[in-house]
Amino acid sequence: MRENKHDVPETVERYLDSTLDSVDSAEELALGVAQRAGFDEDDLMKIGMAVRESMVNAVVHGNRYNSHKKVRFSVGHNSERLTLRIADEGEGFDFATIPDPLAPENLLRTSGRGIFLIRSFMDEFEMRHLDLGGTELTLVKYLVSK
Amino acid sequence: MSVKLSTRQVGDVTVVDVAGRITLGEGSSALRDALRDMVSKSQKKILLNLGEVSYIDSSGIGELVSGFTTVANSGGQLKLLNLNKRVKDLLQITKLYTVFDVHEDEAGAIRSF
Repeated sequence: MRENKHDVPETVERYLDSTLDSVDSAEELALGVAQRAGFDEDDLMKIGMAVRESMVNAVVHGNRYNSHKKVRFSVGHNSERLTLRIADEGEGFDFATIPDPLAPENLLRTSGRGIFLIRSFMDEFEMRHLDLGGTELTLVKYLVSK
Repeated sequence: MSVKLSTRQVGDVTVVDVAGRITLGEGSSALRDALRDMVSKSQKKILLNLGEVSYIDSSGIGELVSGFTTVANSGGQLKLLNLNKRVKDLLQITKLYTVFDVHEDEAGAIRSF
């Protein structure tokens, strides 16, 4: 029996420079894998946006555009889910300090919506501090909604 | 394609036709510069036509909010026109849809100032 191309597991990993061009590269890579995994247009938009926001966090807030620091980016899928990992080499931050962008006093803030949008668009989201420094975000989107 | 902005005057309302992507970097700074320039020229009625905006990220949303408050603080009004589904959804989940005065019809938007 021939295997459906959506069922063929695939993983891509890259070490990307701390530049805004890397944000575009990561989005392109992620969308290529997600498309081959069989996600529809609406999900592709959500995945692309979550990747952009995660990469901007890593490049801008984590590595602070430092040319000596890299962003490790991986995207893979199996028959059930797409998993993305984005890790920077920054100082890290206290996750508890992220303000709620939906609180009335924060609605007119000009920043601070990135993590909220990632959570909104993905099925699973996790942030963790890495032992050797830096922060890793893990994003998961289910191929079939639970 | 990055963002492309063109402005036209309809009576005393400045209509800004925005096309392309409003994302961190060139896209969001172009919008910021354009709005600041209008405020510095005492343009008080600004209508942002987002009909041709294909993509907007959290930085772009931040620029819309920044523009809204900058114009309001100078005694003016910034309103939005022709949101596509993607931009409308984003403003709804971030609870900003009700903060902005959003219109679907240009003539009605112009009259509303």
